[in-house]
Amino acid sequence: MNAQAPALQDPRLNRPEPFAPRDGGFFQRDRSIHPPAHAPGYKSSVLRSPRQALLSLESSVSEITGPVFGHNDLGPLDNDLIRNYAKDGDPVGERTIIHGRVLDETGRGVPSTLVEFWQANAGGRYRHKKDTYLAPVDPNFGGCGRALTDETGYYYFRTVKPGPYPWRNYVNSWRPAHIHFSVFGSGFAQRLITQMYFEGDPLIPVCPILTTIPDKDALDRLVAPLDLNASTPFDSLAYRFDIVLRGQRSTYFENRSEGN
Amino acid sequence: MPQPLNYLKETASQTAGPYVHIGLIPAMAGFDIFEKNFSNVLVTPATRGERITLEGKVLDGTGTPLRDVLLEIWQANAAGRYNHPADRSAGALEQGFRGWGRAGSDFESGLVTFETVKPGAITDRAGRKCAPHVNVWIVARGINIGLNTRLYFSDEEAANAADPVLNLIEPPVRRKTLVAARSERAGKIVYSFTINLQGPDETVFFDV
Repeated sequence: MNAQAPALQDPRLNRPEPFAPRDGGFFQRDRSIHPPAHAPGYKSSVLRSPRQALLSLESSVSEITGPVFGHNDLGPLDNDLIRNYAKDGDPVGERTIIHGRVLDETGRGVPSTLVEFWQANAGGRYRHKKDTYLAPVDPNFGGCGRALTDETGYYYFRTVKPGPYPWRNYVNSWRPAHIHFSVFGSGFAQRLITQMYFEGDPLIPVCPILTTIPDKDALDRLVAPLDLNASTPFDSLAYRFDIVLRGQRSTYFENRSEGN
Repeated sequence: MPQPLNYLKETASQTAGPYVHIGLIPAMAGFDIFEKNFSNVLVTPATRGERITLEGKVLDGTGTPLRDVLLEIWQANAAGRYNHPADRSAGALEQGFRGWGRAGSDFESGLVTFETVKPGAITDRAGRKCAPHVNVWIVARGINIGLNTRLYFSDEEAANAADPVLNLIEPPVRRKTLVAARSERAGKIVYSFTINLQGPDETVFFDV
C-alpha cells in the first residue's frame, strides 16, 4: 500500500440518502438501438440467443420495483481501483478517472443507484482464474469497483486504463480497451449491463462485440471522450461516460390515470 | 414542425462477457477484494416465511449447461410485499429482507442456487391476484441483452392458472417453462428449474 497517497474519499458519503423513485410504468424499450440476441458475427451469441418472440408485458409492481442499496453496502476504497487491491505499490498503467452521470430518458439524474465496474489490467489481462492470456497479472490490481450515484446521478472512480486483448472469435479478434458497467436504476426493468470504450481507439470499428449494435449513434454513445477539464494535473487523465437508463412515467394516481 | 420530443435514448446493452464474476462476484473469479459482498443467500435467521432453495441450470441450444452464467433474482417477501418505496400494497414490509440476490453458476456443473423464502402472492394495479413468483434476470457471454423471465411454483396450481402473466402466454404448453418443481431433499424444500435459451422447450422471456 502506498502510504503517502490520500484515500479517494467522496465528501458526500455522509449525506442522507435521497431516494425518490417514481412508481409509474417504464417507457417501452427501444430494441432497435440494442444488439439483437442472435448476432452471428459474435459467435458466442449463436447458441445462446432465444429464437421465440419475447412476451411483451406492461410494467407491473414486479418490474417498477428493484433492490435498494445504500452506503452500508460499500467499503471506503470501492471506487478507487488504484488502491483497493494495492499490495506493495500502485498498479502499472495510465492513471485514469472515469466520471459521469446516470440519467433516465427524461434527462433526470438517477440518485442512489449502484454502479459496478470491472476491467482488465493495463496489459489486457483479467484477474480471473479462467483468463489464460499471456500478458502478466498485476499484483497490485484487482480490476473491480463500485459506486453509488449522488442526488444528481453523478458517479466517479479512479483506475488505470485497461489494455486491449485478443479473444477467440475470428483468429484476429481483439477487444478494444473497455470497462464493463453494471447499473441498477430504481426498478428491476432498468437493470443494464454495458461497456465503455475510449475515444480514438482504432479497434472500436472492427470489434465483433461492439458491432452487434445496429445503430451508429447508439454505438457512439458507448465511447467516452477525453475530458481534460476533469483531469488531475500531473496525475490522471479523465474520461466522461454518461449512462442513460429507461425512462419512467410519473407517479400513478388511481384518480388521475390520464396523467400516466 | 411541432416541437421535438427530445427524450434521451437508453444506453445500448453489451454482453457481460465470460469474466462477469470479477465485478459482480469477485470471490468466484478467485480473489478477495471487497469488505462486503453480495450473494445468493437472501435470508437471515430472522426472515419470515418458508425457507426454500431454488436450484437450476441455463441450457444453450445444444442442451449444454452454461457454466459462466450469472443470475439475479428479485422477489416479494412472504407477505407479498416488495422492499421498495414504489410498492404501495398492504403486505407487511420486513427489515432485513432486501429480496434480491445474485449467483454465478458452478464452473463445472453449471448449477445455480439461491437460498430464499417463498414469496407471497402480490396484487397488481388492476387489483388482480398474481401467483407467487420470483423475477429472474440472466446475463452471460453471448447474451447481448440481459434476459428477463419469472419462476412460478409447482405447488400453486390454482394461483398459476389464474395468473395474468402466465395467461398471456400462448400456447399454454409454453407456460410450464416458467414453473419450478417442488421436492424435498434432506429436509429442505428445493424448487428445481431449467432455463432453455433455445429449442422446443425454449423458456418464455419477457420484453418488460
